[in-house]
Amino acid sequence: MNKIILIIEREYLTRVKKTSFIVMSILGPLLIAGLMLLVIWMGMAENQNQKLLVIDDLYPTFSGLKNKSTDLVQFDYQDISLDDAKKLLYNSDYTAILHIPSNITFGKTAQLFFDKQPSVVIHRIIERRIEGILETINLKQYNISREDFYNVKIDFRLHTIRYKESGEEEEVSKEKGFVGFAFGLMIFMFIFLYGVQVMRGVIEEKTSRIVEVIISSVKPFQLMMGKIIGIALVGLTQFAIWIVLTVGIVLVVQSVFFDMNFDPANLDNMQMTTEMAKQMETEKSISTKDIIDPNNLISRINWPLMLGMFLFYFLGGYLLYSAMFAAVGAAVDNETDTQQFMIPITMPLIIAYTMSIFVMQNPDGPAAFWLSIIPFTSPVIMMVRVAMGISASAIWELVLSMVLLVGTFIFMTWLAGKIYKVGILMYGKKASYRELWKWLFY
Amino acid sequence: MPEVLLRTENITKQYSNHLALDGVSIAVQEQRIFGLLGPNGAGKTSLIRIINQITAPDSGNILFEGRVLKPDDVEKIGYLPEERGLYKKMKVGEQTLYLARLKGLSRSVALERLKYWFEKFEIQSWWNKKVEELSKGMQQKIQFITTVLHEPKLLIFDEPFTGFDPINTELIKKEILELKEKGTTIIFSTHNMESVEELCDDIALINNSKLILEGSMQDINKSFRTNTYELVFNGSLDAFKQHLNENELIDATESNGSIRARVKLGDKDGSLNKLLTGVLPVVEIRACNEVIPRMREIFIRAVGESSGKDKIDE
Repeated sequence: MNKIILIIEREYLTRVKKTSFIVMSILGPLLIAGLMLLVIWMGMAENQNQKLLVIDDLYPTFSGLKNKSTDLVQFDYQDISLDDAKKLLYNSDYTAILHIPSNITFGKTAQLFFDKQPSVVIHRIIERRIEGILETINLKQYNISREDFYNVKIDFRLHTIRYKESGEEEEVSKEKGFVGFAFGLMIFMFIFLYGVQVMRGVIEEKTSRIVEVIISSVKPFQLMMGKIIGIALVGLTQFAIWIVLTVGIVLVVQSVFFDMNFDPANLDNMQMTTEMAKQMETEKSISTKDIIDPNNLISRINWPLMLGMFLFYFLGGYLLYSAMFAAVGAAVDNETDTQQFMIPITMPLIIAYTMSIFVMQNPDGPAAFWLSIIPFTSPVIMMVRVAMGISASAIWELVLSMVLLVGTFIFMTWLAGKIYKVGILMYGKKASYRELWKWLFY
Repeated sequence: MPEVLLRTENITKQYSNHLALDGVSIAVQEQRIFGLLGPNGAGKTSLIRIINQITAPDSGNILFEGRVLKPDDVEKIGYLPEERGLYKKMKVGEQTLYLARLKGLSRSVALERLKYWFEKFEIQSWWNKKVEELSKGMQQKIQFITTVLHEPKLLIFDEPFTGFDPINTELIKKEILELKEKGTTIIFSTHNMESVEELCDDIALINNSKLILEGSMQDINKSFRTNTYELVFNGSLDAFKQHLNENELIDATESNGSIRARVKLGDKDGSLNKLLTGVLPVVEIRACNEVIPRMREIFIRAVGESSGKDKIDE
């Protein structure tokens, strides 16, 4: 037992002392913080003041726009043709041309010509303004009072709420799925990054021929577990540093450059908006209006459960996969030979990652169920489900998934240990699957 | 009668497609150098790995200090494998300390002993160097130190001299003999027959997974006597030949006016005296001594005989 601690210590210290670790520990948060600040900055820069040249084919129907000018969006009228206006665009301080066609009341579209695309917010403002005027025209035409109109107009939304047997209610929403997705992504990345490190470590010991010296002092299984645990601690350390540094950097930059009152509680919101913004890029359909209030989102997630499960699946998934990575490392002589064994390991991980988006759409469907039960995909998928809320009647699924994960990683570690034990002493031999099978019974 | 430190009893080890060891029993006596010999693939490394508890035998026992070998005994054994290396990116000092602690030494004891050895080999300046900065010969010195640092009762060297330059080879030989003087028992596996003659007290020869020869160097030399003598004389070779009687001339060379002849005594009541009586009247004998079989010849003969026997068995 004492010796495994020595091994853990060595695996940990040699990695933590590496320049690459230190660089990554510093660069990581800078990158994350930079990205976050970039998003904030872009959000601010986006709303660059716009001076629009309105070409109104229905003048003066839309002349009211001019009165609604703000600093952000300024509407300016000139009685010229669209073609002339286009020529003017690059020779004036106009940032865009808004062309209101004569058929706007039927077609319900107008055109905006620009060089630099105005932000979503600007878009929204222009749309609202025109919408307002069109509404007024219609109200007049159909002889409806504005009051009646607002009484009739409906902005409908469906709220999805899980009603638990205990009487508790919990809102189910896709946004919460994003939180789970983010956590799942972290687990996915961690397993990959550090699983490969385990494999590399094993290969290094094998190719440098130190391994036989070591296992004349300790059992191969101790060496393998020491490595796996040591590297897990390196990963946890890296995460801890990242979190602390990221919070620190964002805090400092916020207080220096942005006149914003920033407290750490908001940080999670920031991360959320970053995540959301990323999501938005892929799903253009979500407009600014639809971004939910992050504060609200934070409060709607069962954080103790979420963080507890994150830690559990994070470690469980890592232990399961790193045992397999260790076995692969033992089976080969150099990294280029790992290819054939990597596919069966990386496939389930990639499937889990890609399916997590699908699971977000349908968190109670059969795919979500099976993928969150199967230990090879559950660490990523279950994060999404937990974030979206697990119903009381489905608690058994969570328990089953956890038990299966623990059982599988114990079994896998045992299996990997057998392959490892034989593999590390096989030099200059490229193992096949057949051979691995034989090694199990050595 | 010296005590037996390590005894293997009927060790058998089967790998999926071949039998690596077939009922091998050896006894290694305390404070002696035991040569474990055999052609490539004979099973030497398999046996050594079993003694080091790296792999387990399918059947058979290993007794250490008169009782069954137990896991803790790894701390009393030092092993320098044939396939050996060090962590390349780790510093020499850190690494030797780590390996010593894995063998059960406390940090302070390990540091103290490392200081002794580093001073002895005059390599103190390497302490903070990374292993990859050292030459191969330097790395071998480090490996030797880590093998002996925990002062094991039993040292196992598997091909210790491969890749060593002659100076390092001499240095390590000297250290091995010194360790033996201090009471360490050494198992020494090698192909290098000269170093066997130089160092070993006892040998065991393994061929095709089986033990085919075991005993002290003296006894083995005796049993492999070929009854051959080398005579140096002045005079006529023809006359010498005519007076050989039933003895057989193997070869003769001439140098500096003297003839050097190797003669195998006749099978029936051949003796050196008879041979000398026969040739004394015709030549002038300058020197005469028995041709002691070289380890290399013993090795080749024993392996050849056992391989031949195997074929007949089949």
